[in-house]
Amino acid sequence: MPDPLFAHGVGLAVILIAVVKVVAIFAVLLVTVMMMIWVERKVISDMQNRIGPNRAGPFGILQSLADGIKLFFKEDLLPERADRIIFKLAPYLTLVPAFLIFTVVPVGGIVTIAGHAVELQVADPPMGILFLLALSSVSVYGTMLAGWSSGSKYPLLGSVRASAQMISYEAAMGLSVVAVVLQTHTLSTRGIVLAQAPHFWKWGVFTTGIIPFVIFWIAGTAELNRPPFDLVEGEQELVGGFNTEYSSIRFAMFYLAEFMNMVTMSAIMVTLFFGGPDGPGFHFLRWLWPILWFAGKTGVFLYVYVWIRAALPRLRYDQLMDVGWKTLIPLSLGWLLVIAGADLHVGWLFGVLGGVILAGLVLSQALNVSRRRRELEAETAGRGRVTRVAEQIRLRALAAASTAASASSSSAASTDEGGER
Amino acid sequence: MHGALAGGLLATATVPDALTFAVAAIISVVGALGVVLSRNPVHSALMLIMTLFGVAVLFVEEDAQFLAAVQVIVYAGAIVVLFLFVIMLLGVDRNESIAAEPMPAQRWLAVALGVLGLAEVILLARGKWPTGAHTVAGPLHGTGQANVAVLGRSVFTSYLLPFEITSALLVIAVIGAVVLARRPRGSGEDVDPSIGPRVDSGEIVAGGGGSAGRGGAGAGAGSAGAGSAGAVSPEQSIQAERAAGELVTAGEPFGAVLKEAEGVSIVQRRES
Repeated sequence: MPDPLFAHGVGLAVILIAVVKVVAIFAVLLVTVMMMIWVERKVISDMQNRIGPNRAGPFGILQSLADGIKLFFKEDLLPERADRIIFKLAPYLTLVPAFLIFTVVPVGGIVTIAGHAVELQVADPPMGILFLLALSSVSVYGTMLAGWSSGSKYPLLGSVRASAQMISYEAAMGLSVVAVVLQTHTLSTRGIVLAQAPHFWKWGVFTTGIIPFVIFWIAGTAELNRPPFDLVEGEQELVGGFNTEYSSIRFAMFYLAEFMNMVTMSAIMVTLFFGGPDGPGFHFLRWLWPILWFAGKTGVFLYVYVWIRAALPRLRYDQLMDVGWKTLIPLSLGWLLVIAGADLHVGWLFGVLGGVILAGLVLSQALNVSRRRRELEAETAGRGRVTRVAEQIRLRALAAASTAASASSSSAASTDEGGER
Repeated sequence: MHGALAGGLLATATVPDALTFAVAAIISVVGALGVVLSRNPVHSALMLIMTLFGVAVLFVEEDAQFLAAVQVIVYAGAIVVLFLFVIMLLGVDRNESIAAEPMPAQRWLAVALGVLGLAEVILLARGKWPTGAHTVAGPLHGTGQANVAVLGRSVFTSYLLPFEITSALLVIAVIGAVVLARRPRGSGEDVDPSIGPRVDSGEIVAGGGGSAGRGGAGAGAGSAGAGSAGAVSPEQSIQAERAAGELVTAGEPFGAVLKEAEGVSIVQRRES
C-alpha cells in the first residue's frame, strides 16, 4: 500500500511534513525513554519497598535528566587495549537500530495536514516487518563489538553470550512474526494494523491463537537482554557485562538504547498482536484516540517488563539455550504449520495438528533420552572440576595400586600386551 | 517497476535515482576493498557488513525490497555474526601474521580470477540482458505486496525443485557439521588431538590393569587385565577409563591435570 503522502508528487510541504514526522518521533521517543527510566526505577522501588529517586524535580521525575547531564560531563575513558574505532562505533551501532525500528511502527491513523493525507508513522515500507527483523538482527553488532573492542575479558564473555542469545531467540521471534503475516496477508506494518481492525477479536493475538504472541514476548525479552534473560550483564560473574569498559556518554548511549529497545519492542508487540492504534474512538478529536490507544497498550507492556524484572530471577545459561532451541523454536514452527493448515481447510487443520503433536512427542522423547544420557555420563565421569580432580586423584591411586600389583605379577602376566609396550 | 514508497519520485526524476545508486555503489565498493585490505579480521567482517548494506540499498532501488530485507537478515544478521563469533571465540583477532603466505600462488590466482570476473561483468553489462530484461523469475512488477507474492509463487512453482534441493543441501550441511563436531563423551578414542595433549585412556588403564585396554575392547580387556592383576575391580577400571576420557575432552583448562595424567602413564610404561 503506497504512502498517501507521496501520492501527488513531492513538494516542499511534503518534505517538510516528512521531516516533522521524523523529528517528532525522535523527540517523543527520547522523552518516553527518559520517563521510562524514571518509571522503572520508581516501580521497582515500590515493589522492593523503597522510595526510589525523589530529589530531582517533583517525585524525582527529572532524575534521568540529571543522570544524563552527569554522564555527559564525566570523563570519557578509552581502555589502552581497546580497538579505538570500533570501541567508539559500537554505541552508535546499538542506538541507531533502536531508533530506526520505531520508524515503521504505526502510532496512529491517517490524518490530514495542509491537504496532505499523512500516515502517523515515519515510513511504511512494503516489507516493514522484515525491516524490523533486519534491524533487530543488526543490533546484535553493537553489543558484540562493544564487548570485543574493549580488549578485556569480561566484556568479551558478555558479548559472546549476548550474540549467542540474540541469534538463538531471533529464529523463534521471526517464526512468530510469520504467523501474524500469515493471518494478515501483508508485510507492511500499516497493513498488519489495518487487517486487525475494527474488532478486538481480529487482533493478532486471537487470530494467531495466543501462542505466537507468547513466543514473541519471550523471545523479545531475550532479544532485549532484559531480565530474566540478562545474562549479558550478569553482574555477579561478568562485573558488568559487555559495557564494563564504557563510561561517560558512551555508556549513556548503551543505557538509552536498552530502554529504547524496550519501548520499541512493546510498540511492536502492540502492532503485531494488539491491533496497534485500534480501539473505540469518539466523535471529537478523531485523530487523538488511536494515538492514545497505542500509547496505552504500549504502556501496559512497558509496565509488565518492569514487573517481570522485579519478579523473576535470572536464568542459567544452559537453561536459556534450552528454552530457546528446544522449546520455543519447535513450538513456533509447529504452531506456524497449524495456522497454515487452518487457513487452508478444517481437514488440514486437524491433520497438521495431529502431525505436529506427534512430532512434538517424538522430539520431547528424543530430548529426554539425550538428557538422561548426559546425566548418566555426568554421573560416571564426574560433575564439575572438583569432581574431576577427585576422580584424577582416585585414578592415580588406582594406578599406584596396580603398579604394585603388576610388579608383583609381572612374571606371571608377561604375555599381556600392556606389559610388552 | 516504480516502488510503493517513492512512486512519484522515481517517475518524475532520475537524479535521486542516480544519486542513490552512486552512494550505494561507493559504499559497496569501499566496503569490498576494506574486506580485502584490512589487517584485522574483525574490521574485514565489519567492512563486509558495509558492502552488504550497500547492496541492500541497490536492491531496494531495483524495487526488490524483500531481497534487500532478506539480505540484511540472513547475511548481515546471521552469517557475519557467525564470522565474528568464530573470530572472537578462536581469538585469531590478535597477532595474525599476514606476511607469511602459506600458498604463494593464491595471490596471483586471486588477482587473475578477480580480473576475469570483472571483465565478465563489464562484458555482460554492455549487452542487453543483465539489467533485468532477461530476469528468469519473471517481472517483479506491481506495488508492494506483489513483490513478495511473485517471488513466493515462482519459488514454490517453477523453481520448486532447485529450491528443495537447496534446502536439502543445507540440511545435509547441518547434519554433517553436527556429526563432525560431536565427540561422544567418555570414550577416549574420539578425542580430538588438536584440543590438548593426547592421552590414550587405554594406556592408563593398561598400566592400571596390566592389559591393553585400548578403545573398543577397553572394557573387556580391562576387566581381564584387572582379573590378572587382582588389585583392581572391573568397574573401577571402566570408571578410570571414562574419567581419563573426560579429562581429555575437558581440554585446556585441565592442562596441568592432563600432564599429570600423562606422567602417570609414562611412569607406568617405564615400570612395566
